[in-house]
Order: sequence, then C-alpha cells, then structure tokens
Amino acid sequence: MNFLMDALNWILDPALHQGSDSLGARIGEHLAYTFGAVIIGALIAIPLGIVVGHTKRGAALAVSFTGGLRALPSLGVLILIGLSVGIGFQAPLATFVIMAIPPLLSGTYAGIQAVNPLTVDAARAMGMTPLQVVFQVEVPLALPLIVAGMRSAILQVVATATLAAYVSGGALGVYIFSALARRDYPQMLAASMIVIVLAFVLEGIFALLQRLARPRGTVVLG
Amino acid sequence: MSFKRILTITAAVAVVGVALSGCATADPTAAPTATSAGPAIVIGSQAFSENEIIGEIYAQALEAGGYTVERKFNIGSREVYIPAIESGEVSLLPEYTGGLLQYFDTATTAKSAADIYAALPALLTPSGLSVLDQSTASDEDSYNVTKEFSDANNVKSLADLSALTIPLTVGGNSEMQTRPYGPDGLLSVYGVKVSFTAIEDYGGPLTVKALNDGAVQLADLYTSDPAITKNNFVTLTDPQNLMVANNVVALINTKVFPADATGIINAVNAKLTTAGLVQINTESAAGDSPATIAAKWLKENLIG
Amino acid sequence: MDWLSKNWMLVLDLSWVHVGLSIVPVIVGLAIALPLAWVSFRFKRVGRFLVPASGLLYTIPSLPMFIALPVILGTAILDPANLIVGLTIYAVALLVRQIVDALVSVSSDVRQASVAMGYSSWQRFWRVDLPLAGPVLLSGLRVVAVSTVSLVSIGSVIGVTSLGYLFLNGFKRGIPAEVLVGVIATVIIAFVFDGALVLLGRFLMPWTRRRTS
Repeated sequence: MNFLMDALNWILDPALHQGSDSLGARIGEHLAYTFGAVIIGALIAIPLGIVVGHTKRGAALAVSFTGGLRALPSLGVLILIGLSVGIGFQAPLATFVIMAIPPLLSGTYAGIQAVNPLTVDAARAMGMTPLQVVFQVEVPLALPLIVAGMRSAILQVVATATLAAYVSGGALGVYIFSALARRDYPQMLAASMIVIVLAFVLEGIFALLQRLARPRGTVVLG
Repeated sequence: MSFKRILTITAAVAVVGVALSGCATADPTAAPTATSAGPAIVIGSQAFSENEIIGEIYAQALEAGGYTVERKFNIGSREVYIPAIESGEVSLLPEYTGGLLQYFDTATTAKSAADIYAALPALLTPSGLSVLDQSTASDEDSYNVTKEFSDANNVKSLADLSALTIPLTVGGNSEMQTRPYGPDGLLSVYGVKVSFTAIEDYGGPLTVKALNDGAVQLADLYTSDPAITKNNFVTLTDPQNLMVANNVVALINTKVFPADATGIINAVNAKLTTAGLVQINTESAAGDSPATIAAKWLKENLIG
Repeated sequence: MDWLSKNWMLVLDLSWVHVGLSIVPVIVGLAIALPLAWVSFRFKRVGRFLVPASGLLYTIPSLPMFIALPVILGTAILDPANLIVGLTIYAVALLVRQIVDALVSVSSDVRQASVAMGYSSWQRFWRVDLPLAGPVLLSGLRVVAVSTVSLVSIGSVIGVTSLGYLFLNGFKRGIPAEVLVGVIATVIIAFVFDGALVLLGRFLMPWTRRRTS
C-alpha cells in the first residue's frame, strides 16, 4: 500500500501542475496523439474499407494487409521512424497512425460487407445511384461496426502513446521513462495509473457512442 | 506430414541442439584449470554499448584466466545496478569514477581524477563494495554545440553561454535532469538557464540528430563518442569544472568477487585508453558485436 | 544487411527467447479462459459480470499494466513474471468474450438434439458446444497469438530481454538495420504462430476445411 500512497502523493504534488510541462499538458499531448492518429488513420482506412466492402474486390488483400500491420511491434516501428526523422511528435504520430489503421479498416470493411445484400438490391431497385447506395444505405448500416473499429483504434493508440517519450515525443510516457531510468517506482506507478484511467474513460465514452450509432429499426449485430 | 513425423523431427533437432551446445561449453582443447570449478563471476553492465563492451572484455579476460563467468549485461542506470551489486546478485561492473562518486555523495567537491579515486573507498566500503585500479581511459559527459552555433555566437566554453540571450535547450538522457552537472548545475555554476529535453538514447543518434537539426542547442555527449569529431561538434570547455573526471574503473562486491582475479582486471584497465574507447565505439557503431570487439581488443592489447 | 551477417547468432538466440515468452501466455490464457467462458455461458448471472470485467482488463494499456503488476504480485520490477502474467491477462480477457460469443452462436436445435441423445452437460460441452464453437475460438486465438508476439517486445523497456533488445540496442548505437531486423524477426514469428494455429485448426477440425474450399 505504501507504493500506492507514494504514487498518490506524487500526483498531488503542486509542482507537477505548473508550467508548460505540467501533468495537464502531458495528458493533453497524450489525447492529441490519440485523436490525431485515429482521425488521420480514419481518413485513410474508412474510404479504403468502404471501397473494399462495397466492390468486394481486394478483400483477401485487405485482410492480409491488416494482419501484417497488426503483427508489427510498435516500439520497433517507432524507433525505426524516429531514427530517420529525429525527435519530436512526427515519429510517434506516424507510428500511431500505422497502429490505428488495422482496426479502422477491418471494422469498416466488415461493417459494409455484413449489410444484407437484399437491402442493397432493394435500394438499387428503388433507383438509387451507386453513391447513394453507399452513403444512404451501406454506411449508415455499417456505422456500429465502424464506430467499434474506432473504439479499438483509440484503445490501441492511447496505450501505445506511452511510448512516444522514448523518442522525446512527450505525452504521459515522459514520467514513466524518466522514472524507469531512476527506478522511481511511485512515479512510474502513478503515471501508469493515470494512463489506465484515461483508457477507461475513453473506452466508456466510446461504448456509449457505439450504442448511439446503431440506426433505428435495426437489431444488434453480433 | 504426419503428426508423428513432426514429433520425430522436433525431437531430433532438440537432441542435436543439446549435443552442439554441450560441445560448445566443454571445449576439448581448453587447458584444464583448477579455478574453473568455483562459482561463476557475475558481470553486469550499464545499458549502453561502450560499458557492455568493457564488461565483455573483463568477461573474456577472466574466461581466458580459467574463471567461469556469467553475463548480466544491460541492467540499466546506477539506481538499478548499484542495489544489484550491493546484494551480490552481480559481482563485477565496469564503472566510471566521477559518476560513481556523485551517486554516493551528491555534495562532493572532488573534481580531479586523483581526488575522486581517493574519495571512493570511504564511501564504498560500508556497502561491501570496492574499486580496483582506475584506468587512464576516461569517458566524461560533455556539453556540445554545432560548429555553426559556436561560430555564430562565439561560444567555446560553458562560461560563454551566460552572455547569450536566445533560449537554450539541452538534450540528454532523462537521468541527466537530476544529476549535479545537469541543468541545475549549469545554472548554479555558470548562471546559464536552460530548458531540458529528455532523449533516451544515451547520447546516441537521436541526440546527435537533434543537435544537428537545431531541435536542441546543447547536447550531452560522451567524450569517447566518435560522433563528436564526425559531425564537427564543438565540445565546450569547462573552466569551473562542472563536469567531473570520469575514468573507467571496475566496481566489485568484495564478498563475492574472488580476490585472486583482481590482477586480471587490473591488467585490462592498465591497457585501456581514451583512444581505445573511441575505437571501441567506432566499431560498435559499425555493427560489430560486443563479443567480437572485445576479442579483437584483447588480442591487440593483452593476449596477442 | 551487413549487421545481420555479423550478429545472426544473437538474432537467433533472441528469437528463441521471444518465442518462449510468447507461447506461455497464449497456452495458459486459453487454459484459464475456457473454464471461465463455460461458467459465464452456463450461469448467465456470473457471465453478466465476468464478460464485461474481462473486457475492462483488455483496455488496460500494456506498459502501465507491466509496471502496476508488481504491486499486486509482489514481484520485482525486472521480473519476467510481470510480462508473462500481463500478457496472459490479455489473452484471457480477449478469449473469454470470444468463446462465450461462440458458445451462444451454437444453434439451440443442435443443443437440444444432443440433450435428447442423452449427453450429460459435461459431454455436451466437449463433444458438441466446443467443436462447433471451434472456428470462432480459433480466430480469437490467432488474434491473441499475433498481438502477444508483438507485445513481448515492449517488455525490453522494463528489462525483460526479447527481440525488443534489438530495438533499444539498435536505437542507442544508431544502427537502423538492427532495429529493422528485430521488426522483421518479430513479424516472422507472428506469422509462424498464426500459420501453426491455422494448421492445428485444420488438424483438429477437419470439417472446417471442406466448408471453406
């Protein structure tokens, strides 16, 4: 219990909450990475997922591509990119975008693909153009799975963003890495607990969003 | 392929593997020695390659002398490995005199290599530790700037920095922030206010790149780092002796390190030079393994 | 790839260590998840608590989890047990939900037929429910295996040696080739694990092959 008390004292230390590298600023950096990477990842992965899901072409390629990306060790990728672009936010952000793409792509693709073909045929029969079919039928019906993909992408990045500090990219990992070097256990424990709480809060928000994303008149998928 | 066949192949591979590894440890050409039956000497190292290579040189020298050695390299920083050597989990570690002294006595005023070495025994003995002969090879932390920065601002020494009005950022690994020679020391000794950026590669490529790119104006690099001359960096002189002498020395736990092995380590340290460290680091950056570099050094300096 | 030719022994050694560290959590995770999933499925009241709880465990980020575990386990910070327990928790968390979903998806007609044939609930689980849930279970296991292999390297940050050593060492020495070799070796191990699971699935569930081809 002593460690937990020390960790709590560390969080409550007023010195931690002042200046440009305060705890609040670090949390801000952590969230900026999380949402930045997921938004950039979504801009790449969602259109790609829609195309693959709608045309049913390149599905096998998309599956093995996401599988390959999932197997990439985040720390290795971060360091590899860091060695070529140097310190700052660029290397972490690029790494986190790579980490965010697989869940976003597979969520979108699976969501579009799971739309009942009879529904799509009915929409065509009503005279909808292909674009209308995509944006007025397929995407709304796939929305719960797309949001589920976002949720796991957010989860992935909020966890990995801890590593940004390894290439001097800031965020909450700063406290963990400086504490690891000095073996300051209370500090690394406190910072770890903050990251865990952050992940829980984001998870809760997205669980709620996912429920709201379900179109009216449909039943729960899976 | 049947499951049974896979099992057979796996078993065969395992048997061959075990047989090969058995051959490797029991070298039939090795001269039989009396001491090899004793418990293994556990050698630790800090988490950067120069230190690991010195540890590997110690290890190979001891092995050549008939001792059994266990390697526990890359333990981390002093906060991690000092408790490990105090407990006897590790019996020998390559250390640096100045950093070691400051760890045990943050208020020390000793600066020269001789003063520091003389101050160590009194601090180490209570913990059951001791240092062997110090080497002339030194590897100090140093503040470095680019040639352009030095020329443009006429900065050659740490004292020159106080005249500058531009904001200064120093890059170094995160321990530096709490070390006496870090930002606080720069302020109290030279009156220079700097902000700090942690770069976790111990003066490695990212620190060098950050200095070259202008992301930091000052970088903590080790004086034995070949990158300093390669990049034309200017190492700022230190008239007030903020940086302390940092000579290579072997730190031992007196209870577990065999006293009759001290001669071997002292012989290594007598041959180790600063130029030798630069050479070691150059080879490491070229991708040679610590074992290869250590074997080469021993061949050129001791055994050959 | 000059670096690889000088250091392939090291890469090989680390690969074996990496494989060892990855296998344990997957197997132990499955062994723990199976009974938990069965209990959650049979006793809905327990399931209503267990399934969301395992989902919550899955949301804990890895590095913070490895750091927080010593407080709970009473282990040293550098103890490899923290890494193995942490990865096992992820495996359990992911598999419990997956297996419960798979069991729920088994058609109730089939289940009732097996009851009518006089299967005990124990027999029904092993002979009917589990084989039919097999494909979904396998896909969950594949996700667990691949993510475990890639997460093991994070352990190098807290002092547990694996292929992650090549990332940190290559970083400090400024040798991108060393980091790249580590990344590629990790991906290869993940693919080998995945392939082995697929083959194992075909061996244990020959009926799934016919359906896919």
